[in-house]
Amino acid sequence: MITVGIDIGSITAKCVVLEDTRILGYKISRVKPNLEVTAKEILAETLSFVGLKREDVGRIVATGYGRNMVDFADKKITEISCHAAGACFLISNAGTVIDIGGQDSKVIAVENGKVLDFVMNDKCAAGTGRFIEVMAAALNLRIEDVGSLAVKATKKLKISSTCTVFAETEVVSYISSGEKVENIVAGVCDAIAGRIIAMANRVGIRREVVLTGGVAKNLGVKRAIEERLGFPVIVPEEPQIAGALGAAVLGQKA
Amino acid sequence: MKRLRISEKMRELMTGYYMAGMQAECNAWITSGAPVELLHALDVYPVYPENHGALIGATKLGGYYCEFAEKNGFSRDLCSYARCDIGCVFAGTSPIGGLPKPTFLFACNNICNTVVKWYEVLSRIFKVPLFVLDMPFIRKELKDCHLRYVEEQLYDFISFAERVTDRKLDDAKLRDVVLKSMESVELYSECLRTAANKPSPMTCFDAFVNMAPIVCLRGTDHAVSFYKEMKQELDERVKEGVSAIEREEIRLLWDNIPVWYRLKWFGEFFEKRNACLVADTYTNAWSGFKVSRGEDVLSGMAEVYTVSYLNIGMEMTAEIINKLIDLYDVDGVVMHSNRSCKPYSFGQYEIQKKLSVPSVIIEADMVDERVFSEAQVVTRLEAFLEML
Repeated sequence: MITVGIDIGSITAKCVVLEDTRILGYKISRVKPNLEVTAKEILAETLSFVGLKREDVGRIVATGYGRNMVDFADKKITEISCHAAGACFLISNAGTVIDIGGQDSKVIAVENGKVLDFVMNDKCAAGTGRFIEVMAAALNLRIEDVGSLAVKATKKLKISSTCTVFAETEVVSYISSGEKVENIVAGVCDAIAGRIIAMANRVGIRREVVLTGGVAKNLGVKRAIEERLGFPVIVPEEPQIAGALGAAVLGQKA
Repeated sequence: MKRLRISEKMRELMTGYYMAGMQAECNAWITSGAPVELLHALDVYPVYPENHGALIGATKLGGYYCEFAEKNGFSRDLCSYARCDIGCVFAGTSPIGGLPKPTFLFACNNICNTVVKWYEVLSRIFKVPLFVLDMPFIRKELKDCHLRYVEEQLYDFISFAERVTDRKLDDAKLRDVVLKSMESVELYSECLRTAANKPSPMTCFDAFVNMAPIVCLRGTDHAVSFYKEMKQELDERVKEGVSAIEREEIRLLWDNIPVWYRLKWFGEFFEKRNACLVADTYTNAWSGFKVSRGEDVLSGMAEVYTVSYLNIGMEMTAEIINKLIDLYDVDGVVMHSNRSCKPYSFGQYEIQKKLSVPSVIIEADMVDERVFSEAQVVTRLEAFLEML
């Protein structure tokens, strides 16, 4: 059966088309203010990309914080269950899934694709993709460059504030005191890793640890997490689609 | 959700209670965990700012009244019961026209230490005397020295109240009030325990809505007859196999004070997903008032009020929750991390690890609707239900 998973996140929308256990194709787009339009457009785009029509699709499952706006979905499932299913589909021996998205981050303890326990960040942007976006803007950097710059750092500057707004002030004061950009950026990545590991400790960390979500593409954050864990983590080839993929996987079973 | 008939009666009863307060010759503002029996025995009308706070929360005006306190320099991190109560004093009104000016104040810190400062503020505003009943925190075991310390203060309080009101405490009357208190607590506990039936005839929302009499009127005939009637209604439901919600598939336990401005919303949210919050730790905290008959009344009271739910160590709290989990046979626990109530919310992440069933933590506040983030709460709860 062909299933489609649509993940409407806070910053990006993701759509995956799955035939049984084979990924036919996927698309990622920026979320528009109108979530319904966003969902319709990305579905049409992805289907045309893989050369399928709407009638070919057996089931559509929506996830992400905008899931309830996807009226045409057959089912809506939270991103917790979907990220777990998606990560386990990609990495079958996953024990812990760390998903760092645009506006929230979560740590999920999993076993064979099933959620055992989970914890999410509280109402705060620290420890999320938005945190990096804000810092990148303060440093006049492109978001894609943050990670590669961070790994060039000679030292990690400490960002002590947990609040994104106050942390930005800290970054600005580092700039004005002449600190190197890569060292500041390394501090930013480490600040996120610190928040994530504190959360992960609540559910307990079991290997393998899989990193998903857009922020998983940031090498600086990945390294900072690995340093704190003391062992390597696995980043799937396209970590950002894990939620949408999980939705499609769960669509096969539903 | 099938509403209990008794809720209508509760509304009448509490309206009468608030109206009587306006006319009482002598009243004391009192914290929810203080030994109110002493006030009833002296015919001092008890006023509960916490109940008033819950009422304001339920009318969704918490943020509005909190702002009156915030404008006067009270931090937004302070308990929202305290903020909206003090806010109403500054505003000079409330949804029920404000509380009557106190004759004196009676705070007991067995629920938190915020009440001490809160009541000191009230004492300065109203220029009336305050008595603080200081409870030792029971980390592991209750000792004789704890009880002696509390009992002596109960005698001090009686002298204080007698002096302020120019009345004399009658021992026989106190004994009578204590017996009524015990009777109403027993009846109330029996009501709550009907939720152990499957399907449950009530939800924790019924318990929340109908808890006001046990807080404000325990020790009076009103509470006794109210809970007798509530028990009858629940027994009828059990006999007829009536379920509180449409379809009970998942049974849950609620931890912490309710989110008063979202009671209906939560009720509908869970019912739609065939989950029933059958019981909670909050209302169950009022089910432990027992003084044995032969015992000296004051030493008996010293004991029950010292080991109140929020005045004990984490190990004991977890043990109580696990007992509730067994009693009500629930599949999971929904823990409200309440921004206002630090002693109730502190340690939830540790307690979680000690529980025998899975749990989820949601962040909100009991009265201040400005800190409620619906999308965040929905995702956590839905994911939790999917996991179960």
